[in-house]
Amino acid sequence: MPKNPDIKKVLVIGSGPIIIGQAAEFDYAGTQACRSLKEEGIEVVLLNSNPATIMTDKDIADQVYIEPLTVEVLEKLIEIEKPDSILPTLGGQAGLNLAMELADSGFLDTHNVKLIGTTPETIKKAEDRQEFKDTMEKIGEPCAASLVVHDVESGIAFANEIGYPVVLRPAYTLGGSGGGIADNEEQLVEILQNGLRLSRVGEVLVERCIAGWKEIEYEVMRDGNGNVITVCNMENIDPVGVHTGDSIVVAPSQTLGDKEYQMLRSAALNIIDELKITGGCNVQFALHPESFEYCVIEVNPRVSRSSALASKATGYPIAKVAAKIALGYTLDEIPNAITGKTYASFEPMLDYCVVKMPRLPFDKFISAKRTLTTQMKATGEVMSICTNFEGALMKAIRSLEQHVDSLLSVDFSKDTDEELLKHLHRVDDQRIYVIAEALRRGVSYDTIHEITKIDKWFIDKIAILTEMEKRLQTEPLTKELLAEAKRIEFPDSVIGRLTGKTEREIKELRNEYDIHAAFKMVDTCAAEFAAETPYYYSCFGSENEAAGDRRRKKVLVLGSGPIRIGQGIEFDFCSVHSTWAFSEAGYETIIINNNPETVSTDFDIADKLYFEPLTPEDVENVVELERPDGAVVQFGGQTAIKLTEALMKMGVPILGTSAEDVDAAEDRELFDKILEECCIPRPAGHTVFTCEEAIQAANDLGYPVLVRPSYVLGGQGMQIAINDQDITEFIGVINRIAQEHPILVDKYLVGKEIEVDAVCDGEEVLIPGIMEHIERAGIHSGDSISVYPAQSLSEKTKRVIEEYTRRLAKALHVRGLINIQFIVSNDEVYVIEVNPRSSRTVPYISKVTGIPIVKLATQVIIGTTIRELGYEPGLQPEADYIAIKMPVFSFEKIRGADIGLGPEMKSTGECLGIAKTFNEALYKAFLGAGIHLPKTKKMIMTVKDADKLEAVDIGRRFAALGYKIYATRSTAKVLNENGVKAIRINKLEQESPNLLDLILEHDIDLVIDTPNQGATKSHDGFVIRRNAIETGVNVLTAIDTARALVTSLENREEGLSLVDIATVKSRGRN
Amino acid sequence: MKAFLILEDGTVFSGTSIGSEKEIISEIVFNTSMTGYLEVLTDPSYAGQAVVMTYPLIGNYGICHEDMESLKPWPDGYIVRELSRMPSNFRSEDTIQHFLESNDIPGIAGIDTRALTKLLREKGTMNGMITTNENYDLEEVLPKIREYSPRGVVRKVTCTEKSVLPGNGFKVALLDFGAKRNIARSLNERGCQVTIYPAYTKAEEIIADAPDGIMLSNGPGDPKECVEIIEEIRKLYNTDIPIFAICLGHQLMALATGGDTYKLKYGHRGGNHPVKDLKTGRVYISSQNHGYVVDTDSLDEKVAVPAFMNVNDRTNEGLAYTGKNIFTVQFHPEACPGPRDSAYLFDRFLEMMEVKSHA
Repeated sequence: MPKNPDIKKVLVIGSGPIIIGQAAEFDYAGTQACRSLKEEGIEVVLLNSNPATIMTDKDIADQVYIEPLTVEVLEKLIEIEKPDSILPTLGGQAGLNLAMELADSGFLDTHNVKLIGTTPETIKKAEDRQEFKDTMEKIGEPCAASLVVHDVESGIAFANEIGYPVVLRPAYTLGGSGGGIADNEEQLVEILQNGLRLSRVGEVLVERCIAGWKEIEYEVMRDGNGNVITVCNMENIDPVGVHTGDSIVVAPSQTLGDKEYQMLRSAALNIIDELKITGGCNVQFALHPESFEYCVIEVNPRVSRSSALASKATGYPIAKVAAKIALGYTLDEIPNAITGKTYASFEPMLDYCVVKMPRLPFDKFISAKRTLTTQMKATGEVMSICTNFEGALMKAIRSLEQHVDSLLSVDFSKDTDEELLKHLHRVDDQRIYVIAEALRRGVSYDTIHEITKIDKWFIDKIAILTEMEKRLQTEPLTKELLAEAKRIEFPDSVIGRLTGKTEREIKELRNEYDIHAAFKMVDTCAAEFAAETPYYYSCFGSENEAAGDRRRKKVLVLGSGPIRIGQGIEFDFCSVHSTWAFSEAGYETIIINNNPETVSTDFDIADKLYFEPLTPEDVENVVELERPDGAVVQFGGQTAIKLTEALMKMGVPILGTSAEDVDAAEDRELFDKILEECCIPRPAGHTVFTCEEAIQAANDLGYPVLVRPSYVLGGQGMQIAINDQDITEFIGVINRIAQEHPILVDKYLVGKEIEVDAVCDGEEVLIPGIMEHIERAGIHSGDSISVYPAQSLSEKTKRVIEEYTRRLAKALHVRGLINIQFIVSNDEVYVIEVNPRSSRTVPYISKVTGIPIVKLATQVIIGTTIRELGYEPGLQPEADYIAIKMPVFSFEKIRGADIGLGPEMKSTGECLGIAKTFNEALYKAFLGAGIHLPKTKKMIMTVKDADKLEAVDIGRRFAALGYKIYATRSTAKVLNENGVKAIRINKLEQESPNLLDLILEHDIDLVIDTPNQGATKSHDGFVIRRNAIETGVNVLTAIDTARALVTSLENREEGLSLVDIATVKSRGRN
Repeated sequence: MKAFLILEDGTVFSGTSIGSEKEIISEIVFNTSMTGYLEVLTDPSYAGQAVVMTYPLIGNYGICHEDMESLKPWPDGYIVRELSRMPSNFRSEDTIQHFLESNDIPGIAGIDTRALTKLLREKGTMNGMITTNENYDLEEVLPKIREYSPRGVVRKVTCTEKSVLPGNGFKVALLDFGAKRNIARSLNERGCQVTIYPAYTKAEEIIADAPDGIMLSNGPGDPKECVEIIEEIRKLYNTDIPIFAICLGHQLMALATGGDTYKLKYGHRGGNHPVKDLKTGRVYISSQNHGYVVDTDSLDEKVAVPAFMNVNDRTNEGLAYTGKNIFTVQFHPEACPGPRDSAYLFDRFLEMMEVKSHA
């Protein structure tokens, strides 16, 4: 069937801010789909509130709206742009829900807009629990015994009928939000109440527990003609009970025979046929480990995290093909872009093994429960490819960048056998290391399998790795042993540690024995057809098939690895744009990255893609083959920066700012010298190595002080200390994380925090704009609300900032990007941090100023000057609208995480509010972040002493809006004394009704709870904040955020105006 | 123990010996299926060939004897990257290592099967030798390797005696050219009484048994070699008994009615081949195992027209016989291993017999 000629203008809905359960995979899918639509001559309108995405670039879509994903905005957008169709299946659950609301309300019909791809009926059949169950019953596909409930009582009754444990799954939520397994009635009530609240339709499925069964997924496609194919199947190593996003997953399945494989494949195809999916779909099964019994767990009638993984694992571009199917093409009409010879109607065959591991945020949330459940907690993931499972697992582990490089990296050797067995029962992110230790101690496969339900095939593979550890420790390192260790991907560093040799010695030995990495192609067809797309992975003991030929100048672009708090999708945006800019300048581009969710690992972004861990050894393998003329590290976040030294040792020139200058910005003494030379003040501070030195420094400076390790991103380990005790505790935490660099102790200045990104060509500096943070210094810049253009700075201060930026960029010999953070305190400008590389704000400031910063920085790196690029250096004229970047958190996903904001970054994503006025921009930004007020107009205030006076003003303003204020004793006292009516409410330990009761009654709009800084945070506050978050109440922990919110509510006008980012003129261009 | 795979072009892969240690010369073909290694091993169509599995991890779920597609494994040799040292599956009764040994199948593991596959793709199917003799002399063995050609393989794999799978429905005569078990099973499951005949059974004998339908099975080797069988099939064509044929059976029917076949460069072997039903436009993912194919240009439309086409290389995948109750496919609706998407073709065959019985 050829393209449907009625489709001319398509609206694509993105997935909004990055949150746990909805990450970069939708930027990848959306970007690929938009490009696929444009390829067909379709006009593409894009709506996504996330400014850090590539899909919101004006070169990806024709009209780009970075606006809140709400019904109001979408309706307005449809009225303005009049698209004939909406493609809703690419923006994850958020985009799908939004489109469904408009379909349900009849708005789409009255405006003559069609949902293309999968129809609303199909979506409902797949997403609505009861309809889904009925459909499965009709076609004879088994589901676990289950009942949809709308209230707790029915849940209890049904659970009593089928017996505990039961699984609870709220309908229409992200990443299984609010779900869980209940072993008894008490747990059932707790999870069910929460789930009913989180579900968009107040609906939760109570289901027979099939925990411990094999969890198998199929990624399937169907076109309008009814043709169906399977792209890939995947087996979760962690059996049912752990969310697939938190599981270690292998593709293809390893422990299924053809009978089981085909049984589930046929079932998946039956299901999508019955549902009449047109596009991509994910089907999850639970398979009984000792019979052919299976249950359908879930169907996602859209592209998903799993489909991104399947695309990267096989090379089959699911989103691209789904977009073409939505236009009316059939699978056999769509060419396979990898082979160029075959068509999309085939099933990829792998001749390698793929392992995905989740990147979990427990390093950020030390207090959080590490337990893995059906509620997803991972912020990102890594994927690795090898010709054997052991190797793929080893590569995945070292791709995580969590100070792990083997199964020895999390040490349980000190546990007693009893403790170890106990730990084996715990389902958490460390389980694989516990299994390894158990195997080292000779615990039987049966025992481990009995406890973990992990298939013995995987246990045996882990045993092969622990046996190799032992052999390396005890046997002479012969050529055969070394070759075998490399075949299963032991890094040289680990082999060195185990054999008592240095990494260098191992490398030399490998050279002597001629043991080298070879690169193989991912070609979708197991070499059956010649492939045109250079997408490679490494393995040992094989013939190399990647030609390191040289036709043009070659540049190596290092990616940023897994998405984590502090290093998100922004850096993928930068890597991709830099790659494109190098391509345009005639370079051959090579990307190394290991994140399957990202655009940078799409096979047609760079000339060559190496899907590899980002460690020095892995990068060196690529370097030895490709011999690039240079590498850029300034766009790939800390991951890439950390490789600088290694790259230089390999003889690869670092393009752009030199490594010495990057060092100078991080090295306290060197940097102080530069600041002195530039006559720029900074808060007083010291570099220390020990706890005693830190306490001495803090007392010299006077509390409060900022304590942090150097060389970190996202403020990891950064804390504000108010006394000696805090220092002792923080240094302890810092030292627990491997730390080769010194610790910085700085005077903590209270003031406005200002941020600047700039491009420097070595001589002159281009500053697109100045951003001002709403929260004052002390809260991590990534967690602050950021306003462009800065609103409260005098012209003089702006000039000072411009001048300081110029001086610093020149002094550090910056070629490319520089990010500087300032504090303006009492009209004095201080520099607090300088990073001569790309930053989190680069995509945001690029989009709202229309200045393609990464492209310019790349051209500057190549050798063009800012003036030659057509820009007048200096601070560019301000835009005539306000753009506000709002942080978005995923606290409800991480049980036990403290949500109080501080110098350590905690947000997972961001959204944008853009408008002509500050107030509307702010309102939109809050709206985009999901803060949609007022509702019940009841709020709780409990603020620290330092905030009490400001709280009075804020309380008064909320009261004026009609808010009823509840407050704890001292806050209530201050409010009432100052004429703001507040109802005093008991603290937690006091009798009911107390704060907690109030929160649990679901009648509160908002909690303003500003915790004390320092280690001695009150336990009460923690419990209040956690409970509020878990019951879905908005919680603000900074007084400045609260003020901003009340301001936005006061000035809320009916009706929003929308801004097409694609029409933003590049500011400052000559 | 070391083992070597020597190809007719002189390329040598060295790896580890698996299974039997005996030396063999055979035609080397590759299969891209990711599951179903036992079904592949026991598919009689591999007689006279040695199989390379492109999926690198083989033996993961052990040996489940009920999955065997015939009584024994047929390939002359087995070539893999890695055999799993410990299988895991609730049905597993044996390891693949032991299965190969006890069936005297020699093989080689630990070689770069992808490099080998690329070689076969680029140069076309080649002969090769698997040996554990480290002192092989290329000069001496290469001519022997080049000389090899799989001959008389149908005779080797077909059953020796007629046998019956009882059923209450249609009586189907299945001609066993090396039939996979699931062909008979698929018919039997649909109620058919299946009588399995040796490949060289005379047409008259079959006709005399008055079957409701005739099923021509898959099988190994060059179809043109089966001169006598083609003669008998021509006689069957001239009856009005509904006929359904798979793979070799499909090729033989084409040859019997004036069509031609030729050898593909490296064949189709795997479970991911898209075939298009030319009547409906629907595409099905099919299981395939063939080195020869019917030449579409050789067809007389008065005799037969293409019914299925391979979407990848546009070669013929099935024929509908004009004015006859006969249809034949190149791919394997019986799957095992591979997708079951085209199992409906057995139903179509039953419908043909239904129509005939009411005629």
